[in-house]
Amino acid sequence: MTDTDATHPSSLSPVISVNNLVKYFGRFVALRDVSAVFDAGRMYALIGDNGAGKTTFLRALAGLTKPTRGSISVLGNLDIHSVCRYFGYMAHPSLLYDEMSGVENLRYFSRLYGIRNDQRCAEVIRLVGLDPQLARPVGQYSQGMRQRMSLARVVIHDPKVLLLDEPFSNVDVSSAREIVELLAQMRDSGKTIVVVTHQAQLLEGAADEFVWMREGQIVSRTSDSQSSRREPEER
Amino acid sequence: MSLLAAITGAALAKDLRLEWRSKDAINAMLFFALLVVVIFSFSFNPTAEESRQIAGGLIWVAFLFAAVVALNQTWARELRNQVLDAYRVSPAPASALFLSKALGNFIFVSVLEALMAPLFIIFYSLRALGPTWQLIPVSALGTWAIVVNGTFFAAMSLRTRSREIMLPLLLFPISIPALLATVNATTLILTGEASAKVWIVLLLAYDVVFTTGCLLLFEIVLHAE
Repeated sequence: MTDTDATHPSSLSPVISVNNLVKYFGRFVALRDVSAVFDAGRMYALIGDNGAGKTTFLRALAGLTKPTRGSISVLGNLDIHSVCRYFGYMAHPSLLYDEMSGVENLRYFSRLYGIRNDQRCAEVIRLVGLDPQLARPVGQYSQGMRQRMSLARVVIHDPKVLLLDEPFSNVDVSSAREIVELLAQMRDSGKTIVVVTHQAQLLEGAADEFVWMREGQIVSRTSDSQSSRREPEER
Repeated sequence: MSLLAAITGAALAKDLRLEWRSKDAINAMLFFALLVVVIFSFSFNPTAEESRQIAGGLIWVAFLFAAVVALNQTWARELRNQVLDAYRVSPAPASALFLSKALGNFIFVSVLEALMAPLFIIFYSLRALGPTWQLIPVSALGTWAIVVNGTFFAAMSLRTRSREIMLPLLLFPISIPALLATVNATTLILTGEASAKVWIVLLLAYDVVFTTGCLLLFEIVLHAE
């Protein structure tokens, strides 16, 4: 076990810096004074029980949730929207139109990033292990196919930072392993990946760090999923 | 500018494709407008002259109510699977999304008007005594006035619990000047009593002001939590 500082474990160049982040929903505190740094070319598994604040934290990193207090700097910029073309966000729902096919969906989302090359759509669909010729609407896809297509949408514009919320949910183990392998390749190519998951064991050996959240706080950062599951007061 | 046009075009094409496949908005609008025409025709039994006096009001109230049905659908499909979040995290300008939605609604409501106009003519034995061609700019400007505000307020009420109720509550009061101008212009064209130009200019000014306002404010609405 390699337990590290909960804020910053290494001296690599930070891609995301979070300082004293607080988020209230009414009187409920979803994030309590969270500070963290995420470095380039590393994969982070964000784990914790339901209600720990993982999704809220990820949405704040993506700029979808405005913090009540504190700041987030992405690629050295405090205005997240100005650098949003450099990150890809995958939510728990697919963020795809059910009535359109995978290619149609990707073609539309690629236009939002100024990509007019349809070859890129086919390339990315192949990358996630699907067939670009598939004409079925996404609504008729299996959950595993939908997750893969959702991942294709995330990487269509070749982002530097990937923020993924539960990419393995409802996916069979072999498909999940393939997705992990793909994520590891992307990490090796220099991308920073933050994965929110309840299936931390899938990322064992692939993730560089396991970031454990509890009650809206980061309580530990470790190099394996087993040690991160231990409560901090037990150690 | 070209990026704005490209993204607006892509989003509009996507909306038209989705509507073509589901026909959610157009079917609901048509059915609603048809009901209104039939109920009104049974409720009143006007002479040809009376028809010309009241038809403007009846037509535009029917179109306004029917448009609300389409406007509520506009953003509903962006909420399914939280697709709107994919747009919010992209660098695409908010105004492109707004323009595409407003243009899409304009097309849907215009199709409805084109289909319903012959029915109104038959049911109310309408024959315009004024310059008939002026009905085209009145119809275009009146429709745009409804959809531009409707698209904006539908987006605003997106995250409210009872958005179907909220939209008319927000839209109808602000549409009163446009509705007044459209109804008066239509009535004047049908009766031929006076020129409708003043009302057309008023509609044009209304459209310019509200389109600019909506475009400027939409980014705040899109990124609101």
